[in-house]
Amino acid sequence: MNENVNEFWDWWIIVLVVINLVGCLALLYWTRKVKAEDENETTGHIYDGIEEYNNPLPHWWLNLFYITLAFSVVYLVLYPGMGTDYKGTLDWSQEKQHEQEVQTAKEKYQPLFDKYAAIPIEQLAQNKDAIGMGKRIFVNTCFGCHGSDGRGNPGYPDLTDNDWLWGGSAEEIKFSIVNGRTGVMPGFGPMLNADQLDGLVQYVGQLSGHKVDANAAETGKQVFDTQCFVCHGNDGKGNKMFGAPNLTDDIWLYSGSSTNIAKTIKEGRTGVMPAHGEILGDAKAHLVAAYVYSLSNQNESDQ
Amino acid sequence: MSEINTAAYNYKVVKQFSIMTVVWGIVGMLVGVIIAAQLFWPDLTYGIEYLTYGRLRPLHTNAVIFAFGGSALFATSLYVVQRTCQTPLISNGLASFVFWGWQLIIVLAAISLPMGWTSGKEYAELEWPIDILIAIVWVAYAILYFGTIMKRTTSHIYVANWFYGAFILTVAVLHIVNSAAVPISLTKSYSAYAGAIDAMVQWWYGHNAVGFFLTAGFLGMMYYFVPKQAERPVYSYRLSIVHFWALIAVYMWAGPHHLHYTALPNWAQTLGMLFSIILLAPSWGGMINGMMTLSGAWHKLRDDPILKFLIVSLSFYGMSTFEGPMMSIKTVNALSHYTDWTIGHVHSGALGWVALVTIGAMYYLIPKLFGRKNMYSVELINVHFWVSTIGIVLYIVPMWIAGVMQGLMWRSANADGTLTYSFIDALAETDPYYGIRLLAGVIFLSGMFIMAYNVIKTVQAEPDADVK
Repeated sequence: MNENVNEFWDWWIIVLVVINLVGCLALLYWTRKVKAEDENETTGHIYDGIEEYNNPLPHWWLNLFYITLAFSVVYLVLYPGMGTDYKGTLDWSQEKQHEQEVQTAKEKYQPLFDKYAAIPIEQLAQNKDAIGMGKRIFVNTCFGCHGSDGRGNPGYPDLTDNDWLWGGSAEEIKFSIVNGRTGVMPGFGPMLNADQLDGLVQYVGQLSGHKVDANAAETGKQVFDTQCFVCHGNDGKGNKMFGAPNLTDDIWLYSGSSTNIAKTIKEGRTGVMPAHGEILGDAKAHLVAAYVYSLSNQNESDQ
Repeated sequence: MSEINTAAYNYKVVKQFSIMTVVWGIVGMLVGVIIAAQLFWPDLTYGIEYLTYGRLRPLHTNAVIFAFGGSALFATSLYVVQRTCQTPLISNGLASFVFWGWQLIIVLAAISLPMGWTSGKEYAELEWPIDILIAIVWVAYAILYFGTIMKRTTSHIYVANWFYGAFILTVAVLHIVNSAAVPISLTKSYSAYAGAIDAMVQWWYGHNAVGFFLTAGFLGMMYYFVPKQAERPVYSYRLSIVHFWALIAVYMWAGPHHLHYTALPNWAQTLGMLFSIILLAPSWGGMINGMMTLSGAWHKLRDDPILKFLIVSLSFYGMSTFEGPMMSIKTVNALSHYTDWTIGHVHSGALGWVALVTIGAMYYLIPKLFGRKNMYSVELINVHFWVSTIGIVLYIVPMWIAGVMQGLMWRSANADGTLTYSFIDALAETDPYYGIRLLAGVIFLSGMFIMAYNVIKTVQAEPDADVK
């Protein structure tokens, strides 16, 4: 792993470690004994009235020092420490420790995960144990953006409202988790004059049933029908192919205030869901998908 | 021994730094109380970007370490070096430059950190123009200090000065190396190092800031004020030699224990852990030398509150220098790292050791500087002592409990291999402990107000005629 490191630096480390350990020992060796006549005698120096005894080093303290030095020497034989090449007689490394722990966990838990991985998501969403596992993985992995309750944050979708940017079928949800998604709303600021921008804001508000200036909204509709319909559709109901949100349901990824709508139109937005396939592995992604699916498709017994 | 003209000593700079120690202590700890309150009431300063936790936290750490602790170290080192070398400072102009330069740095920090201008390096957040200013003032301080030692009239150099000297030299090296950066504008720069090397340089700096700024410097303070206040000879000259050299050699290695189980190579982690363990004995050497200096005079503790401050500070020093090596052991660190245990550990050192020894030294120093025999009220020193001690215990105990609890909750797993708790679960459990910690902070801060009142009254009082 560290073959590239210059041999000089290896010896640099080793020599410095030895100098420090031996130096400590030598310091203790030279100072450990006191001539009997020196005890309870001061050194003879007086600094601003302060004198100094020259008492011997306390025994228990000396022994404590020796023990820590001895421990270190033994540890340096057993574990990596003497330069970048020496691996220690135990051949331990944090990477190996991690791999072993992962291996042990796999052997212990994989059968259970495999069992659930074989069950379709829709069916798994009815299984309380599986949902519980999916939820616990969710609250430790996805909470940072979507919140511990899955209700999202500005810019990060609410997963409980059955409103989907990229589709809410079991397969689509799992695809989003495993491969991630990137949703881009381009900024239209440079292409719009003030009337057109205001009109668009009014029209988009109108689509969701907000009270708006109808004349301005009419101007906005004309712009919408030549530009925005490409992604958001003629009816403004969005398109899950591009993750283009439905603008008619009064559910807002970045809040539905006029100011925020205007900002979105002018500057655009980029939303990224990172791919979690490699982080979670297929079996865990499957369970998380089942949990997320269950948030919008309640267990029949709960209804 | 020849009596020299103490009238030529520069006490002005010592007075200035002593007063600012109290002022910056109050400011730094007040900011600490505010961020502790934010952890308890997260919406306390909602909406005001300059007052967010992320910007005030570095302001708190910089203010208590470099403004409060720094002023205390400047004040005492410049006093001790004159007294024990029996010579005035080499230059009064340089002394003024160091004082005003350092105050300017503190004010710039108090402006730039809430503005969000930060290098992102813990305890070294200040941006490059301020870093350059620090380097200049620090070099001036080094010239002033070592220049004064050079022209001493005593044959030997007193142990307190070894520690102050090591602190001054090492902090210069640490600051300059760790702050190396590429500026892209007046308020933004990027570190000269990358990746794991940047992390290693940062924690080489970070832990040695603890080792040399907060330990060696304050041991220098201890070595003067404990024997002075106890009126006893230092316990063992030979112990001071051994633990001094061992301490400064071994501390240099301890940084990697901040980076256990990270991208740092295994060998570096091992050395960081082992030298941290070896550090236990050298650290305790200082505690033993301070405590045993009092042997034969233990009765003085009963009615001398200044001595109580100094001795209890040594107890906390001993306790946190045991806790530190223990936390550097990989298996312990795997539990304690990233939890509030670390916060508790830091405060048992910062409040218990650094603040208490500073407060004790100031109560000794301030009356002398202003020509009084004693502080205005010795009884108020005693009240301050008990208020501080209660505050510290009330701070560190809940943080220990909260830290161990967080560590256990984060690693707890179910029979199916999933984690038992989410992050928010552990946070909710921590909430009451944050409340107690806030109360503890308020208590400790109120002690500082008692001190400020006592100091003001002392400075205002008529000088005692028979104090030289």
